[in-house]
Amino acid sequence: MLIELFTILSDYTFQLVALGTGIIGLLSGVIGTYATLRKESLLGDALSHAALPGIGLAFVMIQRKELLFLMIGAIVSGLIATALIQLITRKTLVKLDSALSLVLSSFFGLGLVVLTAIQNNPNAQQAGLQSFIFGQASAMLQRDVQLIAGVGVILLTLVVLFWKEFKCYTFDPMFSRTLGFSSKVIEFILSMMIVLTIIIGLESVGVILISALLIGPSIAARQWSHRLSRVVILAGLTGFFSGVIGTLVSSMGDNIPTGPVIVVVVSLFVFASLLFAPKQGLIARRIRKREKQKHFLTRLNDLKEGQS
Amino acid sequence: MKKESAIQIDKLTVAYEAQPVLLNISLAFKKGKMTAIVGPNGAGKSTMIKAMLGLVEPVTGEVVYQDVDQEAVSYKELKNRIAYVPQNTSVDWDFPTTVRDVVLMGRYGHLGWFKRPKNKDREIARQMLLKVGLPSFASRQISQLSGGQRQRVFLARALAQEADVYIMDEPLAGVDMKTEHIIMKLLKQLVAEGKTVLVVHHDLQTVEEYFDDIVFINQEVIAAGPVDETFDKQTVKKTYHRDRNLGEGE
Ligand SMILES: Nc1ncnc2c1ncn2[C@@H]1O[C@H](COP(=O)(O)OP(=O)(O)OP(=O)(O)O)[C@@H](O)[C@H]1O
Ligand SMILES: [Mg+2]
Repeated sequence: MLIELFTILSDYTFQLVALGTGIIGLLSGVIGTYATLRKESLLGDALSHAALPGIGLAFVMIQRKELLFLMIGAIVSGLIATALIQLITRKTLVKLDSALSLVLSSFFGLGLVVLTAIQNNPNAQQAGLQSFIFGQASAMLQRDVQLIAGVGVILLTLVVLFWKEFKCYTFDPMFSRTLGFSSKVIEFILSMMIVLTIIIGLESVGVILISALLIGPSIAARQWSHRLSRVVILAGLTGFFSGVIGTLVSSMGDNIPTGPVIVVVVSLFVFASLLFAPKQGLIARRIRKREKQKHFLTRLNDLKEGQS
Repeated sequence: MKKESAIQIDKLTVAYEAQPVLLNISLAFKKGKMTAIVGPNGAGKSTMIKAMLGLVEPVTGEVVYQDVDQEAVSYKELKNRIAYVPQNTSVDWDFPTTVRDVVLMGRYGHLGWFKRPKNKDREIARQMLLKVGLPSFASRQISQLSGGQRQRVFLARALAQEADVYIMDEPLAGVDMKTEHIIMKLLKQLVAEGKTVLVVHHDLQTVEEYFDDIVFINQEVIAAGPVDETFDKQTVKKTYHRDRNLGEGE
């Protein structure tokens, strides 16, 4: 068993994939924190689903699996979806969450139609376009990991650079505006960061599960701290380890898909945090309630005895 | 006249939909004075403030501020010199941030893009928290505060901006006597330092005690001037019982 573990750990492919999924997890955790704090957790879901038809159509156009080109397709259809969502919420009485799910499901449906239609194309089968739905981390190449790492460095630099601006804007957008920080600029950078995170995560985790990776780590991290800096760091670490552990678990068996395992690991982190976090966790709160009750009961008894 | 007015509103008209909410408002707010903005619910007080801050786009008209050299400038050029506390600060109270952090945000405008708060900024934030009487709450998460305490945190944040103009939309709504005194004392101190303070105010009983000037608004300017000359029963009646045939629905 231990030897087996060592063999896996020293395997180059494993190291590569673990690094790739780890970075994707890290970025999802960090960037996802801003999305959840802005109450936009559904946006990630909508964008990832909306990217699917773009990927399919980009493939139809070039007939090759050129990751960069597929990404451009994903970005374009993601942007169209965002514009549609904004149009619907602004011009009609449909609420944001309904608009999101409307666009999400129709784009996803369209994406499935396109993918199914090109399934018979031998190129498409070879390219494994289906992997975008559930993800296929094991197919990650060195080139992919380099791209992921490059995007990662850029995104993390932006987070550090705009730390104060993002924090203030996420907390109180109107105040940030009155201070003279352009909301258009901040909004644009934040949305671009989410779109990029989703797109680099798409191939390995897939359309359906990427939003769990965006939301989960920040929810887990929020249980442990009241400070944004710590929440962001903890969310990043949670995402990173979920990626690495998920990849490890899936390498131990023959037919265990990586993306879903990663999401299961994230969920375990979330449940553990909800239960065991020192201040806000369910167990800590239960214990505190007990102590309080005991404390007040004795005081009430003292009062009663004093009276009689 | 021009020299002593810190803010000048010129023929301002604002509409959210077809109906105008504010019609042809012209006003001047004097430098170093505390001015009450008074009017019934829906009169357009908050709207006027938002238009002054560039948060809503007016249909016509303009707002000019006076800068240090007494030149007339637009709001954009003066952002860091104006502090604003909205009527309802609708933030997410569960946001992972402490009271200290929120007050420190008042310094962000002076810092500008990319720069980090320095020790000096932290010190200013600490002092402002002391001024509003919440020093022992500095490390609390903001959801663990009462309504009145929350209001004082946002006041401290505005104070930390060290502005020349303070615009407060109902800072006394829902606070008890003690907090009201704390807040009014701070605002008076600002005025004593030569700053311009505008306050949307609902309690007509305290107008004479608290304010130098008053503006009566109900879609239009009903009256404006020093409290001792302008504040009387008739003007109040006119403001609050005005037939708003141009306003409300239908
Ligand atoms: N975002 C908006 N969209 C459409 N109408 C609005 C909007 N905000 C305010 N109004 C309308 O404009 C009018 C003026 O509103 P405003 O908030 O300026 O009143 P106010 O004087 O501040 O009232 P209050 O004392 O209740 O705070 C009201 O009739 C209100 O219904
Ligand atoms: Mg108002």
